[in-house]
Amino acid sequence: MAVLETNQLEIETGDGITFSLQLAGPVSRFLALMVDWSIVTTVVILLSQAIAYFPFIADDWKEASMAIAYFLLQIGYGVLFEWRSGGQTIGKKVVGLRVADVSGLRLSCSQIMIRNLLRTVDSLPVFYLLGGMVMILNRRMQRLGDIAAGTIVVRVATEPLPYLPPGGGTRVNSLKPYRALAARLRQKANPEAARYLLDALRRRDALEPAARLAIFAEMAAEYRSLVEFPEEATLPLTDEQYLWNVAEILFQRPGSK
Amino acid sequence: MILDADRFLENERPIWDELAAQLERLENNPTGASTVAELERFHYLYQRTASGLARLQANSGDSAAMRHVEMLVARAYAEIHQRATRPGHWRRTLRAAWQWLSAGFPQTFRRQSAAFGLSLALTIAGCGFGATVLVTVPDSKATLLPFSHLQDKPSVRVSKEEAEQKNKPDRMRGKKTTFAAELMTHNIKVAILTMAMGATWGLGVVTLLFYNGVILGAVLCDYIRDGQLVFALAWLMPHGVIEIPAILVGGQAGFVLAGALVGWNNRESRRRRLAAVRNDLASLAGGMAVMLVWAGIVESFLSQYHQPVLPYPVKIAMGCVELGLLCAWLGRGGKRGGA
Repeated sequence: MAVLETNQLEIETGDGITFSLQLAGPVSRFLALMVDWSIVTTVVILLSQAIAYFPFIADDWKEASMAIAYFLLQIGYGVLFEWRSGGQTIGKKVVGLRVADVSGLRLSCSQIMIRNLLRTVDSLPVFYLLGGMVMILNRRMQRLGDIAAGTIVVRVATEPLPYLPPGGGTRVNSLKPYRALAARLRQKANPEAARYLLDALRRRDALEPAARLAIFAEMAAEYRSLVEFPEEATLPLTDEQYLWNVAEILFQRPGSK
Repeated sequence: MILDADRFLENERPIWDELAAQLERLENNPTGASTVAELERFHYLYQRTASGLARLQANSGDSAAMRHVEMLVARAYAEIHQRATRPGHWRRTLRAAWQWLSAGFPQTFRRQSAAFGLSLALTIAGCGFGATVLVTVPDSKATLLPFSHLQDKPSVRVSKEEAEQKNKPDRMRGKKTTFAAELMTHNIKVAILTMAMGATWGLGVVTLLFYNGVILGAVLCDYIRDGQLVFALAWLMPHGVIEIPAILVGGQAGFVLAGALVGWNNRESRRRRLAAVRNDLASLAGGMAVMLVWAGIVESFLSQYHQPVLPYPVKIAMGCVELGLLCAWLGRGGKRGGA
């Protein structure tokens, strides 16, 4: 198990499988907490309104019920939801977070209890200041409750399985007829660099035009240096079109010609 | 060499979708049973997805696909290697709760008795300090006991409350339940805080227990000096014999946590040390909560009534009986032939 540079926790299982979990930071966790607080507060308000409609219940019992209900909601809400919903309260579900065991195992009841009970200390002196500071200093982004319980909070991947979006390159891929060169490109291309290429193409609309041109020019120069295609194949292409064609060769879609 | 990512995704997508559906079903219905065939299929899906992940990691540049598959593998791994504690049927849960209350908690209490001894010693030290300060510097009462109802001379308070009860025997009428609820929730919060302070490497626990002891010692000393020992015992014992040990159990849990964090003379890693005491911490926290619920009820419904409504010997006797039962429960519960 190792913490990577990009806030990821890498877990190697006993059967040789390695996977990484993306750790959630203080801001997203605080947002989830806000959602949960809002829910608890709303439920308490609704309960106090609803109980007023039962005139046969003595005021003493009403007040006692409200005091106990508020207390149980404060303490029990997190415990119950994290136990029943695989480490997710409603707030965590909304923000896309999940509590997990630090070894990737399923949470035990005692872990859930301890991480929720220790909120008392983490929330000191106000607004989870202590817990937040401990979290920032901790490589696994754990607050004190997480350290004691052996838990982490991870991001849940919500994005669907991606495809290379169609239509970015030229209608006919001018590089493809050069099969030997295309094969060499596939052989020489670094998987890590290819990953960046795919990400850059998928996010092209999110990039500033100037930045996009600069990034694509740099990437295109890199790929041009790997394999030199004949001029008639590359001359009419912009850097971006060239990269789309390269991506199509590297991540060949079924049915593509 | 780069994997033909889109073709690979196309081929593997049905497997991943099936695994995701199975995970959804298992996570949303943790009490549901699975057949052997279903489990075998689930295991196959996990292995196939894990091998797909390995191929993606080694060959592909597709990080978004990898994140998706990694999350599936992580969830399936957790599901396959889960621990035994999962939410069960309510009847099984009730049976387990009774088993824990009658045997599990007392066993934990005894296993961690050294930490309880430390809690007790600190509280007694605090009591001694509070009493000594009150005797040597009588003007310090306002500082030691910053509660309005304890500022009067004890004999004045006793005669006032006894006179009040003659005129109005049920002085708590119409507010007993609310008072009990407030006491329970407040005391449980204090006990949880005491336990949670273990995360400060025990310093917070020491402070809280000692301070509690100072208050208790000062109150008792104040009443004894004024010749009101019987009243004080009758007032405090019915609920105090449960409430004070419950706070001490909170301190015990705090010291267990602190011990695991500090790891003195223990060569295990901090993670292992904490994992080793985790169940004990949860058990102690649950036990102290149960004790404080009882103490809250007794304090509200019984402790607030004095002579002539409720004779002091009766209240003191009741405190003794409770203390005896508590000792039997914590000392014998879970032993063969025990309570």
